[in-house]
Parts: sequence; structure tokens; C-alpha cells
Amino acid sequence: MPDSLNPPAAPVASTMGQPVRFRGGGFTVKRHPWAALAAFALLIAVWEGASRLGLASPLFLPPPSAVASALAGMVTDGSLWLNLKASLLRIAVGWVLGTAGGMLVGFAMGIFSTARAVGVPLVSAFFPIPKIALLPLFILWFGIGEPSKFATIGFGVFFPTVIATYSAIDSVPRNLIRMAQSFGLPWRSILRSIVLPGALPGILAGFRITASIALILVVAAEMIGAEYGIGAFVLMAGNLMQTDTLLAGVLVLSLLGLAIGTVLSQLERRLLNWR
Amino acid sequence: MRLLVSNLTHRYDDLTVLDGIDLTLAEGEILAVIGPSGCGKSTLLGIAGGIVAPMSGSIRVEGAVPDGCLNPITFIFQDFALLPWRSVEDNIALVLEHHPLSSAERGERIDSGLRRMGLWEFRKALPKQLSGGMRQRVGIARALAVRPAMLLLDEPLSALDAQTRELLMDDFLELWRREKTTALYVTHNLDEALRLADRVCVLSRRPGRIRELVTIEEPRERRQEPSAQAHLAEVRDRLWHLMKAEAQMADREIARA
Repeated sequence: MPDSLNPPAAPVASTMGQPVRFRGGGFTVKRHPWAALAAFALLIAVWEGASRLGLASPLFLPPPSAVASALAGMVTDGSLWLNLKASLLRIAVGWVLGTAGGMLVGFAMGIFSTARAVGVPLVSAFFPIPKIALLPLFILWFGIGEPSKFATIGFGVFFPTVIATYSAIDSVPRNLIRMAQSFGLPWRSILRSIVLPGALPGILAGFRITASIALILVVAAEMIGAEYGIGAFVLMAGNLMQTDTLLAGVLVLSLLGLAIGTVLSQLERRLLNWR
Repeated sequence: MRLLVSNLTHRYDDLTVLDGIDLTLAEGEILAVIGPSGCGKSTLLGIAGGIVAPMSGSIRVEGAVPDGCLNPITFIFQDFALLPWRSVEDNIALVLEHHPLSSAERGERIDSGLRRMGLWEFRKALPKQLSGGMRQRVGIARALAVRPAMLLLDEPLSALDAQTRELLMDDFLELWRREKTTALYVTHNLDEALRLADRVCVLSRRPGRIRELVTIEEPRERRQEPSAQAHLAEVRDRLWHLMKAEAQMADREIARA
């Protein structure tokens, strides 16, 4: 049989046999649980190595081993607990006062139009003030003791809480409120069963922000006028050029921030498991 | 229970959405309301249910409320309106909490709704764990728990897929066969209207006015039979003819806006 009568098989075979190229990879977040730990370990190793090789002066940047040793010293001589206790008390009282007041005002602004009309301009005017600037005034009003520090932290926490609360109420789906009204639920029931739980995610997100603000303000307030507290401790260490102790104090603050964040994450997981 | 709508007009600022609506919904009747987007169907339902205040005109109900009815005019919503933080049974319980019922009666109403809608196994589930069809079943069970005299249904099947729509239409038919509840049923879907309604009210594009009230003569229980198809096709053509020009005009208006 002549060749010209055969069908042209080769081109068909080559097109049929070509695999489809995968093009869908990337742009997805993968979990790398060890990456963060490895990065921390590397950073600490580089830092330690640089100090030991004399690339950084131990007076200005002490090695991590010296910071760890200073931290261990704080634990054994009791100064860690003494200062941490003072800071925790100030954060707790200031944060609770600011949060309670902020939620109360935020709820009123979220629910009542008149309260919002009055509140929004006031909050907008007071919110941008750096709250630590008011500490001298609070010292004049409440004295050098604890109340002035509670007031500074409380005042700093109050405004973001107000904003977070009324924004959270605004974000409660209106269809749920209309549904409740259509079934004749009384105003208080709508508030308790729909508005409050519906606003909870926004309020808890606000807690995360105000906890950080409280931590910043407690350090600042303690640096201005306190005998004990992590802020006072760090300032004292800086004045004495004890940079290892100073960094140990900073490390405690970092761990405190992490601990507060973890507590809030747990709270969110428990209260917002419906999301 | 009867619903009487008289010369109802409603505006949102300068925009008139309903204009001079006169309508009577007889006891036990299912009236479907169809019309192009923005013609005021949902507003009409909101006014009928007392959650939107009309600008002018009146809306009244007449007739006795059945025994055990806790909320005579009850909505079933397009988006289900379930509380995501409450379980299925707690979503149903929500609408009973403010009524002075014994715990036995409250439990009986919740259980009855759960069983009737096939939700018993899912009573502890959160809405996020349910399909769209199951969520709407929770919405129906919640409505049934208050033993309504009149149901206002705002496109209850429009967020669901075709199979689920069919299944839920069967549920509605079964519900109406047993309860004979008066219903105002807003929909975009002509097939839903033809399957479920006694009469169909066609609204014009905005401002919504009644273009025509079409009666479907075929009894509801026979509409799936082959002998009914010719009549239903005729009604469908008529409804589509009424709606088509309005829908096209409404689309153009929306595109221009």
C-alpha cells in the first residue's frame, strides 16, 4: 500500500498525548508552624553571636544570655513580681473602669439617636488627645498615687471602647432586628437577644486594641511618677545603664502583651464559636 | 384572617414606590405578588406586616385569630434572618420567649416545628452548619411556632437552588393543605406563583401599581397533573406578557440610574 493512503497519525498523537499543565498553584496561605520558632532562634543566635564576637557593645546591646540572666535575677530577688503586680493592678483597674464607662456610653450612642448626636462630636474632639499628656493634670486632680494612673489608663481606654461599641452596634444586621420586631419581641429582648450578641465580635475586637493601649499607658505613666511597676523598673535600669536589666523588663512587657492577647483569643474562641 | 389594603401609597424621600394599591386578601387565600425589581413588592409586604409605616392609605385585618396564635401576621424572610449564635431550636425558641407559655407548651411548639420541618436531628446545630434549604426550614418552623393567622413570605425561595426550591414548595403546599393559612407571597418567579397561589397580583414598575389580578382556576393539588398544564401555560403566558414590558423598562431605568 502506498504511504500517501495512510492517515497522518503523528500530529494527532502529539496533540492528544499532551498533559494539561497545572496553573492553579500559589496565592494560598500555607501553615508553617516551625518557621516562626526557627526565625526567633536564628535572630537570638545572630544577636548572641554578634555580642560575643564584639560586633556590638554589651553595654548598649547586651547578649540574650545576659538578658536571660538578668530576668532570672529578677525572679529570684522578687523584683519581677513586685513590679509586675503593681503594673497588672494599674492595667486591670484602669482598663475595667475605661471599658465599663466606654461600653455604657457606646451602647447609648449606638441605640439612642440623641446620645449619638451629642456623643460623636465629643468623642471626635477628645479621642485624638495623647492621653499621657493629661497625666500631669490627673496628678493635680487625684495626687501622685494610684488614682492618677488609673485615670490615665481609664481615659485612654474609654474612647476607643466607645467607638468600638457603637460601631459594633451599627454592624448588627438590621434584618435580624426587623425579624425580631415582626415577631413582636419587646425592645429589651431585642437588645438582650440580638443587639448585644450581634455586637460582641466588634466589642471584643475593641478589647484587643484597648488592652494594647492600656499596656502602653501603664508604662508611660509609671515612667513619669511611680516607685514600682515595669515602666518604673525599665526607666530605673536605663538611668543606671543596666541595659541587660532594661531589656529583661522590656521582655516582661512583651510577654505580658502576648499573655493578654492569648487570653483575649481564648475569650473570642469561647464566645464567638458561632462564626 | 382577611387583609384589606386601601389606597396605599408609599415613598422613600422623593421616590414613590407604591401608588394607590387597593387589595383584599381573603381568608385562607394565597396571593402571589409579582413585578419587576424595585416595584415595591417587599415594601408592600413590610407595610402589611407593620414593620414599614405607610405614607398614606390604610391597611387593616379582619377576622378571628385562631386559638394559640401568638403573632397573627408572621414573616418568612428571603435571607432566613436566623441568629447565627443560636442553635436551631433556640432560634425557634426566640419568638416564644416573651410569651407567658408553660415550659411544656413552649417545648411542644418547638418540637412540633422541628419534627414537621424535618429538623429534629439538627436541633442543636448552628445555622452555619446547615444548608440554605435547611436554614429556610428553620425560618418556617419558627413561623409555625407562633401559629400564625397570616403568613407574609418575602421571596422565601429565591436564595435557594432549583432542587431545594422544589422540595420547599412541596413543604409549603403541605403546610397550606393542613393549616389553610392566609398568605401574601412575594416572588420574582412565575413558576412559584403558578404552583402555590390562588391569585397573582402583577405590579407595574416603579411606582408600583396593580396592573392586573389574575386568578388561577386550577386547584392547587392538581397543578402538577398533565391535564392542568395547558391552563397553567396559558396563565403563565398571560403573566409573562404583563410582566415582560415592565421588567424591560425597569431594567433600563436601573441601568440609567
